[in-house]
Amino acid sequence: MNVALVKTDKSRAGSDLFALARDRLPGTGKVAEVREQAFATFERLGLPHRRVEEYKYTDLRALMREVLPLAGAPDAAALARAKAALASVVVDGAAKLVLVDGVFAAGLSDTDGLDAGVTVQTLREALEAGKAELLETTVIDPMLALNTALATDGVIVNIGDGAKLSRPIQVIHVATAAKASRASRSHVVLGNGAQANVVESIVVAEGAAGYQANDAVAITVGDHAVLSYTRLMRDAADAINISSALVTVGAKSKLNLFNMTSGGGVSRLQGFITLAGEDSELTINGVNLLRAKQHGDLTLVVDHAVPGCTSRENFRAVLDDRAHSVFQGRIIVKPRAQKTDGKMMTRALLLSDEAEADNKPELEIFADDVSCGHGATSGALDDSLLFYLRARGLPERQAQALLIQAFVGEAIEAIEDEALRERVIDIAQAWLEARYHE
Amino acid sequence: MPLLEVKNLQVRVEEREILHGLTLTVNEGEVHAIMGPNGSGKSTLSHVIAGKPGYAVTGGQVLFKGEDLLAMAPDERAAKGVFLAFQYPVEIPGVATMNFLRTALNAQRKARGEAEFSTPDFLKKVREVSKSLNIPQDMLKRGVNVGFSGGEKKRNEVLQMALFQPSLCILDEMDSGLDIDALRIAADGVNALRSPERSMIVITHYQRLLNYIVPDVVHVMSKGRVVTSGGKELALELEASGYAQFEDAAA
Repeated sequence: MNVALVKTDKSRAGSDLFALARDRLPGTGKVAEVREQAFATFERLGLPHRRVEEYKYTDLRALMREVLPLAGAPDAAALARAKAALASVVVDGAAKLVLVDGVFAAGLSDTDGLDAGVTVQTLREALEAGKAELLETTVIDPMLALNTALATDGVIVNIGDGAKLSRPIQVIHVATAAKASRASRSHVVLGNGAQANVVESIVVAEGAAGYQANDAVAITVGDHAVLSYTRLMRDAADAINISSALVTVGAKSKLNLFNMTSGGGVSRLQGFITLAGEDSELTINGVNLLRAKQHGDLTLVVDHAVPGCTSRENFRAVLDDRAHSVFQGRIIVKPRAQKTDGKMMTRALLLSDEAEADNKPELEIFADDVSCGHGATSGALDDSLLFYLRARGLPERQAQALLIQAFVGEAIEAIEDEALRERVIDIAQAWLEARYHE
Repeated sequence: MPLLEVKNLQVRVEEREILHGLTLTVNEGEVHAIMGPNGSGKSTLSHVIAGKPGYAVTGGQVLFKGEDLLAMAPDERAAKGVFLAFQYPVEIPGVATMNFLRTALNAQRKARGEAEFSTPDFLKKVREVSKSLNIPQDMLKRGVNVGFSGGEKKRNEVLQMALFQPSLCILDEMDSGLDIDALRIAADGVNALRSPERSMIVITHYQRLLNYIVPDVVHVMSKGRVVTSGGKELALELEASGYAQFEDAAA
């Protein structure tokens, strides 16, 4: 009975949330209808808890308790703080698209200097023009439904057929609010034969704390296209970030996804990826660097819907103190998806006795001529390697740092762009340095 | 003052005593060979000198340049000039050999209060030494020992010895797993490092290695003790008569 009561309370709080936000949310007619339906879905499902299989290890009812009211649009002072926070994340040469508390900040963005073939629109504009399909999805998930209901803004990046971008596009989410939530929905659409390098950086400005981020990105890759998408999440240590990626890949294309989570108190990135065109290659590398009581969840559903595609998932978690990392990887091979080659590997390095790693690989194979597999390991640093390094003069912490760097390096190496790879290595090194100087 | 003094060293692994009061003195510039059958405690001695965890010293002492070596962490010992060439050098995927060499050398120099090597000086030095050891440059870009043959791993150990310039080198079964050509290259590398300022302890089961690295003193270990010591001709005697006589002596 208690459970039902709690749920009722949550729903009521949620209803207020939606009612209060409604006036601020762009779009009427069909758009408003899609939001209403999505919110009804969220209310029906509620904040997911441990008895919901997909959220078994990330009980948001316990970890999140409630959804905070949406942050107001950033004022001049907030934009100034956001600007200051950008300095540490900007990738050299990238065209920046900045969202502050989920709202596009034109003044901080570089929409003028985009490569030929690239257009950028805000979600707000598109929804006001009635494009309800930008919010629609076939994925049923309570947190994504909440995102659909509350998406305030976002960027819609369209990379035209055949465009080969000379510089990266960097979408930067900056949090400036305290005790508030944000919801954004962005789109990256890569045309046939196009090639692009997109970076998504998630950062916190000074003064922001205790906020909740719910960002979703829909990535559509055409045929014969090549996309690198790198997400670097460094939210505040007491922030909650529950984000979704909805990905569709066409034929004979290559998609290289990378995620590194080193921030956030409680975070989850859920990727729903459909290989919808034949002979494509999907690579996903993920790194979680977690300490203190951080909780980081990477949940991936890779759907091989057509024959002849390859998918590779490689996940590494480095866990110190009482940190908790979750990797859930499901590979679905549809009956007609013959010659599918899908592999998944997850490894956790536990630097403390109290750290926890949960791995849940799932293979659902309905075709009979496929090659699929998964592997999982977790353990401490190898003593024999540590001794070798120490016998060569490396003090204990430095020897550990070198081995940890090597452990995550095998995932980071998948980033093809050298400058970006170096950037990611720097973030990992800074994380290790902080540990070294504890 | 001797470089290394091992006095009545007693060592346990878990509940079993492996060294029962071992005494050994190595002076500056000397090359000592330690021979003995499997299980006599040769490798244990090398591990204890280098500071490998898992060994409990229950008695005796080890002095290095007059200092209590057993009180130092393994990395401090390395910085003081102790170098153990591993019998089975480990593979470290993801740590490029070159990065490892530079990190280790600079860590040692930092511990000694010396300035770090500049990159050009370091590269020049590595190139010089690796050339003399027949180590191709692309091997240095790979992960430490990853995909290296047995001979390449041992040459990588000698390369480190040449870079770090330790005052005591302990070669633990350097000949194990090497064919005669690989052995010759590694041994030539070691011989090039012989100097009045550098001592070596060559641990081996077979006399063969001592044809290439000719020792000043040969010790025979059995059941956790040095049972006899002599000149290089002792190794040849052993080759002819085997270890059985000494096993009786130690009993």
